Amino acid sequence: MNINSNIPLKNILYMGLFLFLQFNSLYANANANANANANANANANANAISDKGYSIAARSDRSDRGFSDSIVEMTMILRNSAGKQASRTLQFKTLEIPDESVGDKGLILFRTPKDIEGTALLSHAKILKSDDQWLYLPALKRVKRISSRNKSGPFVGSEFAFEDFTASELNKFSYKYLREENCGKLICDVIERIPLYENSGYKKQISWIDNSIYQLRKIEFYDRKGSLLKELILKDYRVYDQKYWRPHKLKMNNIQTKKSSDLIYDEYIFNLGLTDNDFVKGRLTGLR
Amino acid sequence: MSELKLPIFKKILNFIIILLISTSEPGIADVYDELDISGNIAFQLRGFTQNSMWSGQNTSDIESSISGEWEIRWRSNSNNQRISFIPFARWDENDNKRSHYDFREAYWAYQNEDFELLIGLNKVFWGVAESVHLIDIINQTDLVENINQEEKLGQPMIRLAFQEHYGLLSFYLLPYFRERSFPGSDGRFRGESAINADNAKYQSSSKRKHLDFAIRYSHYFGDVDLGLYYFNGTNRDPRFSMRGVNSELLLNYDQIEQIGLDLQYTNSSWLWKLESFVRDGYADSIFAGVAGFEYTFYQIFGGSSDLGILFEYQYDDRSSVESISIADNDFFLGSRWTSNNINDGSILAGVILDKKTSETFYSVEAKTRLKENFLLSLELKMTTNSELGEPSFPQSRDDYLELQINHFF
Repeated sequence: MNINSNIPLKNILYMGLFLFLQFNSLYANANANANANANANANANANAISDKGYSIAARSDRSDRGFSDSIVEMTMILRNSAGKQASRTLQFKTLEIPDESVGDKGLILFRTPKDIEGTALLSHAKILKSDDQWLYLPALKRVKRISSRNKSGPFVGSEFAFEDFTASELNKFSYKYLREENCGKLICDVIERIPLYENSGYKKQISWIDNSIYQLRKIEFYDRKGSLLKELILKDYRVYDQKYWRPHKLKMNNIQTKKSSDLIYDEYIFNLGLTDNDFVKGRLTGLR
Repeated sequence: MSELKLPIFKKILNFIIILLISTSEPGIADVYDELDISGNIAFQLRGFTQNSMWSGQNTSDIESSISGEWEIRWRSNSNNQRISFIPFARWDENDNKRSHYDFREAYWAYQNEDFELLIGLNKVFWGVAESVHLIDIINQTDLVENINQEEKLGQPMIRLAFQEHYGLLSFYLLPYFRERSFPGSDGRFRGESAINADNAKYQSSSKRKHLDFAIRYSHYFGDVDLGLYYFNGTNRDPRFSMRGVNSELLLNYDQIEQIGLDLQYTNSSWLWKLESFVRDGYADSIFAGVAGFEYTFYQIFGGSSDLGILFEYQYDDRSSVESISIADNDFFLGSRWTSNNINDGSILAGVILDKKTSETFYSVEAKTRLKENFLLSLELKMTTNSELGEPSFPQSRDDYLELQINHFF
């Protein structure tokens, strides 16, 4: 009955604390190494890409710099080949990480369907490795670290893969300039980009970037066998702060399955003053 | 709190009616745009595969019940404060102890950049394993809801949590203890005699009002997620003993100290998991652990669905004088299928094999969305190789198939 009689729990507590501190310093070292590696990678990449395609993609990506953070509500409409339709609504929060060798942080909060309301997905994007991702399941109030190896799988049943949402990170691809051609009323540079992430679902992508506001207008996705899988059209670009362009209608057609998904965005709000602490797993239980 | 008394039931009904009227009124959402009201009602049908074992249990093999959960959330304009209020109620056809209500959440919280203060009833989950929730300790199990121990009673608490660059540090003060809910004499999932909650005995003289506390640290280091806690207070797991000439079953809620650890290493398609605790309390100190992995095959057969394989080993060295653990030397093998299509269908199927006694437990949980606001779920629980004298024997005739439809609003 006597609590103090059996094992010296306090000793275990101290031991645990000691181990933790050791672990912590180990982690700090590992982190420093990882950063050094990332920088080395970025440099290697920079040398290899004297291509015109890279500079056009870089101009497009960098036109977006300095937005710091954003929040937007979005409706997703899913259609299968028989025309059956379903929708989801979600909120996207993004925290810009200025360092191009590290990806942005994102938080997706599901609003409908009602049975998954409150489910949240937190991701710390990596450029060439798997992202760090946590899923929050509100029914159990459980936060789960999940494998993000599979960035190419369907995101909430849509034709979008998770990697399609973060596809604009510059250093995720190597680039090759193809040609210039008309795209609607505009003139576009057509650039082939090869994903550098080894578990990408794509062998290559062909992207159309207009030469007036430098935004993506269309992307063709080729599966790992090299055949055309999906086609994404980006429309309704609006400018915020006279600087930041965002498409408000995205349509993804799966050429192979005939399914399609639309994304319809509300107005973005920028510069809310979000910080790293708004994108940590410890805060996932208090989002609603 | 587990027995439904009529006046309270009436009050709740009134409350629900008012709620329904007020939510159906157009425009209310525009007036209080920080106020969010949602919830679901569910119809559940359980079919037992065998007749009940014990006298007094309801002889019907079919059990229907209805449950409802309302979620009322409010958030201040500045986003600093929030209130959450989640009442839950179930009516069960056969078991009056399963007809019960609870407040899963009823709290106020203040949050700023550095810390969060939460006061009220809340639910907290700790752990990483799938086959058993070993280290999850803050909330009491609402056992009448489901024997899988995943349903929890709201726990009164004051929580102060600091989000630091080195992780999340949380301090819990738990001023009031909730007793576990048990099936009544009409219900299934019981032993020879139903457990009388009035027969609870506390080690602490302050009984339910003993002030429990816990400290938890959680963070991640690259691919490793770590949680570590210390708990001091009333054991959520009651220890059973016999009393008197009628050998009445007595519930003992002991004072314990516990250190718990949860660890997950996430590498490509692998999740490696470990949960473990050391508990000091009634008799010898207890060590328990569950360790295993989950491996996922993505987009199987070229389609959109994923298939995960789960394996876990459960260990517990407690002696027979302690509260009962059936997860003492068991293997769990499971499989999780997710459709990744419009209906978000999923199936989790698993079998737990007790190495010592050969008791075998089967579980299947499947669900799919029917329409926008309807969810259909199916559950199968089965026990085989359960002999007289083994922990699962008293409930070995309680295999069931459950069908449930939830309507969300």
